[in-house]
Amino acid sequence: MPWIPRGLRNGIVTSRYPQTQDSYGENFRAAIVIRPHQYDLTIAKKVVDACPTNAISLNENMPSLDRGRCILCGRCEELYPDAFQFDSGFEIASANRGQLIVPSLEETDSLLADTKKELAQRVKALKRSVHIRHIDMGSDGADEWEVAALTNPVYDVQRLGVYFTASPRHADLLLVTGVGTVGMVSSLEKTLDSMPDPKIVVAAGVDAISGGLIGRGYASNGGISKMVKVDVFVPGSPPTPFGLLYGILLATARIPIWRAGTCSGAPRIMGKPLKQADFGRPRDDGYLSEENP
Amino acid sequence: MTTNQRNNHRSVEEFSEAVIAKALNGDRFCGLFATKEASAVRLDAVFADNPQLFVASVLLPRSAEAFPSLSPYIPSASWYEREIYDLFGLLATGPSGPYPLVLPLSEGHVRPQPGSGSGKLHEPFEIDLSPLSSHLEGEGVFTIPFGPVRSGVFESIEYVVETPGEDIAHLRARVFYKHRGVQISFEGLDVNDGVLMAERSEGVASVAHCVAYCGALEKIAGTEPPVVAGLVRVIHAELERIVNHLDSIVRHTEAAGQAVAYSRFTLHKERLQRMRGRLCGSRFGRGVVVPGGVTGPPQLSPNELLVQLDEIEHDIRSDLKLLMATPSFLDRLRGTGILPPALAHCFAAIGPVGRGSNQSDDVRFTRPYDAYRQLSHQLIENRSEGDALSRQWVRIDEITGSFHFIRQATDRLERASRKGDLWRFELEIVDGEDWGWAEAPQGELLYLVKVEDGTLARVKPRSASFHNLGLFHTAFPKDILTDFAFIEASFGISIAGVAG
Ligand code: SF4
Repeated sequence: MPWIPRGLRNGIVTSRYPQTQDSYGENFRAAIVIRPHQYDLTIAKKVVDACPTNAISLNENMPSLDRGRCILCGRCEELYPDAFQFDSGFEIASANRGQLIVPSLEETDSLLADTKKELAQRVKALKRSVHIRHIDMGSDGADEWEVAALTNPVYDVQRLGVYFTASPRHADLLLVTGVGTVGMVSSLEKTLDSMPDPKIVVAAGVDAISGGLIGRGYASNGGISKMVKVDVFVPGSPPTPFGLLYGILLATARIPIWRAGTCSGAPRIMGKPLKQADFGRPRDDGYLSEENP
Repeated sequence: MTTNQRNNHRSVEEFSEAVIAKALNGDRFCGLFATKEASAVRLDAVFADNPQLFVASVLLPRSAEAFPSLSPYIPSASWYEREIYDLFGLLATGPSGPYPLVLPLSEGHVRPQPGSGSGKLHEPFEIDLSPLSSHLEGEGVFTIPFGPVRSGVFESIEYVVETPGEDIAHLRARVFYKHRGVQISFEGLDVNDGVLMAERSEGVASVAHCVAYCGALEKIAGTEPPVVAGLVRVIHAELERIVNHLDSIVRHTEAAGQAVAYSRFTLHKERLQRMRGRLCGSRFGRGVVVPGGVTGPPQLSPNELLVQLDEIEHDIRSDLKLLMATPSFLDRLRGTGILPPALAHCFAAIGPVGRGSNQSDDVRFTRPYDAYRQLSHQLIENRSEGDALSRQWVRIDEITGSFHFIRQATDRLERASRKGDLWRFELEIVDGEDWGWAEAPQGELLYLVKVEDGTLARVKPRSASFHNLGLFHTAFPKDILTDFAFIEASFGISIAGVAG
């Protein structure tokens, strides 16, 4: 059985997130933040026009950015680096669509607390394991790779009691990718119908959240929100495996309470600065090498 | 720079005759495309005429509702004709009637008609989901649909298998479920936004799509990207190829229940995706290739890049060696999903699917672009068994070749680049139209790009997946249903690239 010793090599590469932070994920640039700044309106307007998905808007001369639309093309940073910047970290999913708009408004924070409480109520029944059904509603194909990556030995979601299932009847959570094509609407309905309650729905990626670059068209509904109530939104084009994992844990109320609701750009822990001890031992630099774990 | 040859025909009869003659002459048919023009619809039949393309065109009068089908002579034309019917309502008259592929609309519906600039205005269409009429007749024929929601994390597609028993008798693919309207989405964008759309037209081959799209724009402008940019493109494109081939291997091991091999290759794939992320910030190589060049050099030093690359290659090789000596694995692939070379030729199969059945065209070598003109390569040996195993071997050889290309390109880049290097030439946006290409991991990728008043008036990507899925059914004559997963994995099709 020559494969067996090779299988053992995998153990050391597995991330320990969420028990401890993962430096690869922490350093991955998965979102844009808006920095406080004396905004120059001429440049800011230029940025608004340049954004390919209309993710940026100006409100009383204050720019805001919708991560549910942002495809991370980097144009805003290029045009106006003082105001827009790539930020690292992947815990950017949210149970509230409004919270994807940064800088976040205060009302959305209190709204979010309600949404979360409600979600926690619903998922109480899920004891140890979560079964996920994935459905592609018109992705570009990259999203599926990132979703499938969750089962590789690095993310290894089975260790957290998260499993993918082929049958909607055994699924607790529906993970949806893609722009919401007209052709997939009835398949989505059928899948949802055969799922038992509490039917949690996660929109994976900006395509699923808003239609992304394709938006609304003759064949696309501009995301899935019109067809189904979404519980958690995971930004990204495509979303990263860590971003998805965070979204799944958030949707099933498995995020340690002190970390829930952090959103890069927002305070990391409500009211309390983050200490090294909160993360446990710092791990590798994220580069996966078998020789020197 | 070679220019593509274009022949305009005055009548559709003349056009058909010329196209059929070209095909009978043994030239490789690359596709048939339509474009809505001011007062007519133009048809383009494209052939490989290495080192360039040969395009035969005809303008159909506004009143035309049909044109004579080419598929009796050119079998692979059939899918193109079906797509043209779905999007333009133009019927290819021949032995078979209209049969929806990417957009099943009931009769009389307004069609999106790419090129007209009005497709975006359409409201979402009602799609006609009526079940397929059976292809086979007789008693005891089962119809087994797979999909569109697949068991596992896959893109949506429906395969309908009609079988009189254990053997697969006939297979049809229905791809419209995830039709997103990509061609229309390009229209009206400026050329820089077009890059973002190209990256998302077939996400797993983002780099190849950008290269082909930008190649077309560069031909229109008559500019070539800086030499160093050509090298950077090669590095990203070859990484993309390795990862896609690993993905195909992962799917084989999954289907064979080789749990350890599966986790090993998913691990290697993840390592490469991370490395790509480190090179440019995107795990899919996005944001690098732009019209006129690239946005910058890899963000890892040549030395770091090469060290990581060596390590990953070493591990991949050692696992591949073991995998390709695991009899229980090989048994599942050997003799499975045979695409005989003659059939592959007749359907003009491309990419690893073609090369597994002795069809060698690889446009990196036959129509070289970017730095492929300067880099040395070992020609990849064709295989002629035509089964899933030979397709797997082709991919393994290509992985070796890709590592070789990346090393060479990195070396040259280190030697060629100086402080203050220009990574991108400012591209003059001029009106015009041309074809670009690239050898994507799935095979030859073509891009028709037309610029009008400085914006995109028509963009048609033709992915290798589209072309090859059209001959997928021919690989099933003998196989039982349990081989389906292997045959599908060995074709390595990306559905997003097919559905459009
Ligand atoms: S990075 Fe996001 S917000 Fe910035 S321009 Fe691109 S899509 Fe718009």
